[in-house]
Amino acid sequence: MSGAAKAPSLALQGLRYRYRDGTAMAFPDVKLANNQHLLLLGPSGSGKSTLLALMAGLLTPSAGQVLMAGTDVGALGAAARDAWRGRHLGFVPQRLHLSSALCVLDNLRLPFVCAGLACDEARLAELQSALGIDALAQRRPHELSVGQAQRVAIARALVRRPRLLLADEPTASLDDAAAAAVLDLLMQASAGQGASLVVATHDSRVVGRLLQSDPAFVELPGMDARIFA
Amino acid sequence: MKGHWQLAHLAWRYLWAKPLTAALNLLLLSLGLAAMVFVLIVSEQIESNVERDLGGIDLVVGAKGSPMQIMLAGVFHLDVPTGNIPLATIAQLRSQPLVAQAIPIALGDSLRGFRIVGTSPEYLGLYGARVAVGKLWTAPMQAVIGSAVVAATDLHPGQQFAGSHGLGEQGEAHAEKAYTVVGVLAPTGTVLDRLVLTDLASVWEVHEHHATGHAEVAEPESAREITMALVRYRSPLAAMMLPRWVNAHEGLQAAAPALETARLLRMVGTGTEVLRGFGSVLLLAAALSGFVALLNSVRERQSDLAMLRMLGAPPRRVAALVNLEALVLAVLASVLALGLGHALAHLLGSMLAEQQSLRLSGLWWSPWELGMPLLAIGLALLSAAWPAWRAFRLDITELLQAPR
Repeated sequence: MSGAAKAPSLALQGLRYRYRDGTAMAFPDVKLANNQHLLLLGPSGSGKSTLLALMAGLLTPSAGQVLMAGTDVGALGAAARDAWRGRHLGFVPQRLHLSSALCVLDNLRLPFVCAGLACDEARLAELQSALGIDALAQRRPHELSVGQAQRVAIARALVRRPRLLLADEPTASLDDAAAAAVLDLLMQASAGQGASLVVATHDSRVVGRLLQSDPAFVELPGMDARIFA
Repeated sequence: MKGHWQLAHLAWRYLWAKPLTAALNLLLLSLGLAAMVFVLIVSEQIESNVERDLGGIDLVVGAKGSPMQIMLAGVFHLDVPTGNIPLATIAQLRSQPLVAQAIPIALGDSLRGFRIVGTSPEYLGLYGARVAVGKLWTAPMQAVIGSAVVAATDLHPGQQFAGSHGLGEQGEAHAEKAYTVVGVLAPTGTVLDRLVLTDLASVWEVHEHHATGHAEVAEPESAREITMALVRYRSPLAAMMLPRWVNAHEGLQAAAPALETARLLRMVGTGTEVLRGFGSVLLLAAALSGFVALLNSVRERQSDLAMLRMLGAPPRRVAALVNLEALVLAVLASVLALGLGHALAHLLGSMLAEQQSLRLSGLWWSPWELGMPLLAIGLALLSAAWPAWRAFRLDITELLQAPR
């Protein structure tokens, strides 16, 4: 249906989540168009990570929906949700979680291994070249600089051409220059791959940088989350 | 590369990310399995050798003494005999209606550790042996040699040799009374392979000459002795009657090989049980060590595993990765254990061959060895079960939290 094409890239509707201790959190409704990105701001404990987990289908909402291109992620079965996450979602965690047992190239192959798919070596070569890490293929994570490791983590997140790229505190423990470089890289990479970007952070530098890059933020009520075009 | 091979490749990389731990677990598992393989192929070979060497012999009659010693000396040619018995015993035994066959054996000399056995051609019939080269002896001082003797001495028909007094290698040579090789036996895989066979009269001739120093002085027939008689029963009833009849004769001792070998195998069995127990302890240690290593590995790699989930791996694939690590270790250990077990059996076989003792080969394969990889895989999966379950149940939302 044409509605699928017109459907927002990401929509959060009446989303609530109840924690094990009984406390609940309500999240603002969000509609993210294909050309839009989302910035989640707030201090620790404000629910950023929970919202990311809900978007990724790692948590099931107690009410409401997470819609990705019209698909209700929470309504998918466990196996379908895993497959969906692998296919449509890229994730750059705060700690990069590059496997120290594997070289860079094998780390980049992980999304295919996880999905039980044959590795698309051409795609890996394309991404390595795009992110300037082709010379690092056989290095282990401990042999990389912080910036190189960030690039590898971003490349890994983009390997399967996701629709949505989630970045959790991507600038934590980085100096200003490195933080700016990572943000630029995330913006460029997501734009280059046609993916929507969701950044969760409590780092005020991120806001400034993204405002400089693209000032079209959308203020969201209830939670300090913003949409920028 | 297919997805499952990629997963196996990943498991391999994870396994060797901690080389010392992986090597220790591999060593423990390999040694435990190798001990099992060794016990299996050695005990099977001993049982098989014993069965073949018995050759249908129902009773051994020797001089009074230990039945086990008589059986070891008369059937397996491993021990010294208890003494000699009168040649007339053979006639007495053959006159018994319950006896189908009574074959005389006369021992006393050897050739480089291989025993020279004075006997009758019927002895070859017990093992279905045939002469491969040359012919059977037709006169005293002619010898037919087994295949292992040929391999060790390079003697061939037409050549001569002198026996040494006694059953060891250190005996005095009967240089004045040389044997002539007239035939070589085809290999039978039995005790015959390592024997030098000759006519009974040869042994008498050599020893009468040795005792008197003159070839011409021969003992009267009534004074002649043999070392043992190998008896085959005509009827199962003989097993009840004949040993009692033999033991009632002064100076004679009956030894039933079936009973004595069962006793012997029980004794050998104690040793194999000890070794098997040792192997079991090693396997248990390997399983525990593997369990601890995998559990620690899952704990340490919690974030890595959670990342795999985040990248789209279903819980069963993450658990399969942990199981695969254990399986890779099990397959490696099985290969090493089979190699090591057979190498040890070969080593033991070589040492025993030097002593002309039991024949053991490193090339013996038992169908039960197929159970070793299964045992290894079973142990590996058992030790990986809980760590894999932990990986399966991993709470990946923690991955999204700030660094711990």
